[in-house]
Amino acid sequence: MAGLPQPADPLRHSHGLEQFFASLGGQEGLRVLDLGEFTQANVIFITSLGHRLYSEDLQQALEQTFGAGEPAVAQSDPQRVQQFLGQVLQFPREHFDAVLVWDTLERLSRPILEVVMERLFLILRPKAPLLACFHAESREDTLPAYGFRIADGKSLQIHSKGRQKLAQSFNNRGIEKLFDRFHSVKFFLTRDHLREVIVRR
Amino acid sequence: MWNRRKEEEFTIKPTPQPPTSASLAREGIPMSTLPARNPEFESGRSASIGKSVILKGQLFSREDLYIDGEVEGLVEMQEHLLTVGPNGKLAAGVKARDIVVLGTIHGNVEVGDKIEIKKDAKLVGDIKTVRIVIEDGAYFKGSIDITRAETSKAQPTRAPQSAASPSPATPAASAAAESKR
Repeated sequence: MAGLPQPADPLRHSHGLEQFFASLGGQEGLRVLDLGEFTQANVIFITSLGHRLYSEDLQQALEQTFGAGEPAVAQSDPQRVQQFLGQVLQFPREHFDAVLVWDTLERLSRPILEVVMERLFLILRPKAPLLACFHAESREDTLPAYGFRIADGKSLQIHSKGRQKLAQSFNNRGIEKLFDRFHSVKFFLTRDHLREVIVRR
Repeated sequence: MWNRRKEEEFTIKPTPQPPTSASLAREGIPMSTLPARNPEFESGRSASIGKSVILKGQLFSREDLYIDGEVEGLVEMQEHLLTVGPNGKLAAGVKARDIVVLGTIHGNVEVGDKIEIKKDAKLVGDIKTVRIVIEDGAYFKGSIDITRAETSKAQPTRAPQSAASPSPATPAASAAAESKR
């Protein structure tokens, strides 16, 4: 598709990422949760800022529990849903100073999403930033899947991981409603048809 | 003539046996009371636990160790390299100078210098290390704490490139690794 990043795409500026790290205010020793791919780039960057990184690849957890089938169907098995929810985001209240969600929320069916949102709210400290990405609204059956690698505090390298069906899509109003318990929601539209959303708990 | 050659060809020559301690004692040749060592294992090879071995308890080592079996408990080897082979499964706390993971570790890991988590490896637990190298495809769940090295050769932890040694996990190599998928 025109405008979508190719595997060898160079770095691109990310307003969402810039705001995310700016809101950490140059502090050290914070607890940052990354719910995306476990990569050298993200680990090194975040730990080089003096923070402790927690990694939990939600996409991998989904695939291990539900397989690689269509999310709306695969995630309808109540037993597997309980199994998945029993192992993800098991952290104490207000444990994290920041969380990188990337595009994982789009892959969760509604019942799972509701529980995950509740847990994200509980495990974040007040005013903690959360960065999420959502595809721009599309009528296509499948959408590109991406991996996100932090190059620096303002730049991302986004690599394509093929195409897949999402569990659900969101318009802007839907995203606002998703985060209605949170303090604030700010949108940035990118040229690769993603919406970067910075949320404050 | 042909028959003689056949006898020569088929004569089984006895293989020389190593001298027994009794024969050495008779000849007055000094001998060690320690078991005979095979120089092949001393020349750089580490101790190893094979894939059919299951060990439960505390394991302390004063040499490099390769584990391809199952270990449950604690593995401690502060000054040496631990390699967890592709069949290796550790349900244990681990302390080592360096660790290379090709298999699975469930447990907290404390590393004096560097940990490498290879493609297809799985690590669930908290990591405390000076340096970390991650190959694409590795699975990790837990926390990572980069500590400052105490020795003068330690790399500073704030510079992004200093926490990684030249390895397949550098960006160029990562791209190369991805192209193999």
